[in-house]
Amino acid sequence: MRDLRKGLPDRRNRGFKMKAKYDVVVVGAGPAGAITAKTAAEGGLDVLMIEKRQEIGDPVRCAEGVAKPQLKKHIEPDERWISAEVKGSRIIAPDGTAVELLEDISGAEVGYVLERKVFDRVLADEAALAGADVRVKTRATGVIIEDGFVKGITATHLGEEFEIRADIVIGADGIESKIGRWAGIDTTLAASEIASGAQFLVTDIEIDCDRCEFYLGSCVAPTGYLWVFPKGVRSANVGLAISEDIRDSGNRPITLLRKFVEAHYPNGKIIEIVVGGVPVSGPLDRMVADGLILVGDAAHQSDPLTGGGIINAMDAGKIAGEVAVRAIAEDDVSKARLQEYETIWRAQFGKKLERSLAVKNRFVEMSDKDLNKLVHTVDDIDFSTVDLPGLLVKIIHRNPKMLFSLRKLFM
Amino acid sequence: MISVNRYKCGYCGACVSVCPVGAIELIETWIEISDDCTECGTCARVCPIGAIEVLK
Repeated sequence: MRDLRKGLPDRRNRGFKMKAKYDVVVVGAGPAGAITAKTAAEGGLDVLMIEKRQEIGDPVRCAEGVAKPQLKKHIEPDERWISAEVKGSRIIAPDGTAVELLEDISGAEVGYVLERKVFDRVLADEAALAGADVRVKTRATGVIIEDGFVKGITATHLGEEFEIRADIVIGADGIESKIGRWAGIDTTLAASEIASGAQFLVTDIEIDCDRCEFYLGSCVAPTGYLWVFPKGVRSANVGLAISEDIRDSGNRPITLLRKFVEAHYPNGKIIEIVVGGVPVSGPLDRMVADGLILVGDAAHQSDPLTGGGIINAMDAGKIAGEVAVRAIAEDDVSKARLQEYETIWRAQFGKKLERSLAVKNRFVEMSDKDLNKLVHTVDDIDFSTVDLPGLLVKIIHRNPKMLFSLRKLFM
Repeated sequence: MISVNRYKCGYCGACVSVCPVGAIELIETWIEISDDCTECGTCARVCPIGAIEVLK
């Protein structure tokens, strides 16, 4: 009989047992953690991924939109975790003017609308099939530091406390990350560096099931935007996030969202409530330490303008996993060696996030009048001939005064 | 002191990320605040659902 395990790390009898020492321990089983764990395990490392929740993928804290080509680099699309396929976006100005963007230029935030509960599980499953051990309902409570190096974590599972030693600890522990802080990297976000949002899954409503909608304006989502992402023929994720420090009691995301949904979908039924925060700060200045790498939201790698983070997290996880494999092969997990991860990441994504941050910083200051004017200037652009950067250049050309501060970044 | 309304909280962790002294922890489905809390109120400002209050 053919041994199906041939070539894979020996993982017999490991269902419930855990080793006392791993090459890599990944804290957090979201997209960043799962891709890191999978990549490291495929590279032959002994990997453990822990997740503090008892169910991977739940509760969801996400609008669930991703771009097709970027996603396909990591995983073959599967109808089990695709709720809807979208072909374009519609941007709605404060005065109600709507502009349609076709798929290829509307950029990173359309393509598929995922079912994260299933998607995250499939990614974790892939990590497990690649040879990684997985532990749920297991929460990191600290990092072990010896001679200045992170040497593992302390964790708790069903009331039992234990140590897990590892050559490299990966902090993929999301917006509420503690791993970085414990290792001496300040990951605290200022109130102005986080967008907080709320979302309802609204069903039994009339929607365009192949369009994502984005509403702008101070009445709907001051300093942020509101989205309507189709989840099926008659249901959608309707959510909003606001980013500056204007969240007095009248401007809570949940309050603004309720107002919008009551006005736009009075007969809709809400079958899920989602809340969450997204880093809109731009990436951390430092994502590695001796024996430690941070990935995904834990490293503030989400896009500051759109709030999108799934693809960024997966891309970072791939790089982190590959660097971990090389570093361990060379028996060097120092900060200087792991810096390769940060260098590759910044070369690929640094500029893009820097631009997004600059645009976002300008965007949050815009009045409704500015936003109306912007949307009107793109009204007559032939979208079939421009890509997103091209579109931004045209927008800046047509609004030189309003967008003066952005000229250098795009021209 | 800081009061977290467990009936409102959606345990999203937004408050954890902004705490300047790292006093907040998201344990599975609830928030715990340690004695390190300085009652600065940043967590209450960013909470999407209004579950956190600073009680003076």
